[in-house]
Amino acid sequence: MRILVNGVWHESSAAGLDLVLAELGYQDAVVSTAVNGEFVATGARARTQLVNGDRVEVLAPMQGG
Amino acid sequence: MLQLYETRVSSRLLLGTARYPSPAVLAEAVRASRTEIVTVSLRRESGAERSGQAFWSLVRDLGVRVLPNTAGCHSVKEAVTTAHMAREVFGTPWIKLEVIGEDDTLQPDVFGLTEAARILAAEGFEVFPYTTEDLVVAERLLAAGCRVLMPWGAPIGSGRGLNNVFGLRTLRAHFPGVPLIIDAGVGVPSHAAQALELGCDAVLINTAVAQAGNPVAMAAAFAQAVEAGRAAWEAGAIEPRDFAAPSTPVIGTAFRR
Repeated sequence: MRILVNGVWHESSAAGLDLVLAELGYQDAVVSTAVNGEFVATGARARTQLVNGDRVEVLAPMQGG
Repeated sequence: MLQLYETRVSSRLLLGTARYPSPAVLAEAVRASRTEIVTVSLRRESGAERSGQAFWSLVRDLGVRVLPNTAGCHSVKEAVTTAHMAREVFGTPWIKLEVIGEDDTLQPDVFGLTEAARILAAEGFEVFPYTTEDLVVAERLLAAGCRVLMPWGAPIGSGRGLNNVFGLRTLRAHFPGVPLIIDAGVGVPSHAAQALELGCDAVLINTAVAQAGNPVAMAAAFAQAVEAGRAAWEAGAIEPRDFAAPSTPVIGTAFRR
């Protein structure tokens, strides 16, 4: 399955958003997620099943004005 | 004390966290500014680099409140989704709502802003809308549920100060009880003092401190300016006049018939 994570295509065998995040090195990171432009809360990641072509955003705290 | 929604703060200076020469200078500038609120943002995180994690650790150690922004959002949908993401990461209902309408000036899209503010306020967010000084837009934002307004002084990062003093005075006069925070465009401490002298409640500064020759010293200078401006507003300034008015009493002046 190919999914677009932060603008970069990834091949993933996992389908659950939580598993995909772990696969990409985000375990224990303070991040927030959205799939196809919709916010997905931390508690909903395990039950969020990704499909081919999904767009995932993984955001973290950053400097801002 | 300044009340922003249910929160009371002593400092009337809010500080942005972007564009500092180093994280250490940022931390030192925050301390020198005596601010109690810093703005933060959300950006894409790399699973390998995790640069956001170190930044968040630094901010938490500063012991100040955070005001997350939706910088870079150009649509209602993007701004609302970003607000949801920010609420989860930063653990605050506060959101500095930015919906940008034009890239050269970073002027707010006030139509999208009002719509996004209505959605977020209904969901329990405490919205700090980055807006223009337009009076009617301000009325719409308040009707949408905002209880703070953040009018720009000038375009973000321009350092041009208060471009429309009349408009800001009008906002102050129309909404005497609504906290007004000048967001954007302040370049030097005298601009900040002027904003407070006009009766604005606070200023948000980023570039003017972060890009100064000595950001820590400039943060301290802004802190003084904001305190002076506020004190002047509370003291009540004289009205300007066109002709001279002698300050020394004229009665008993020598050499007059």
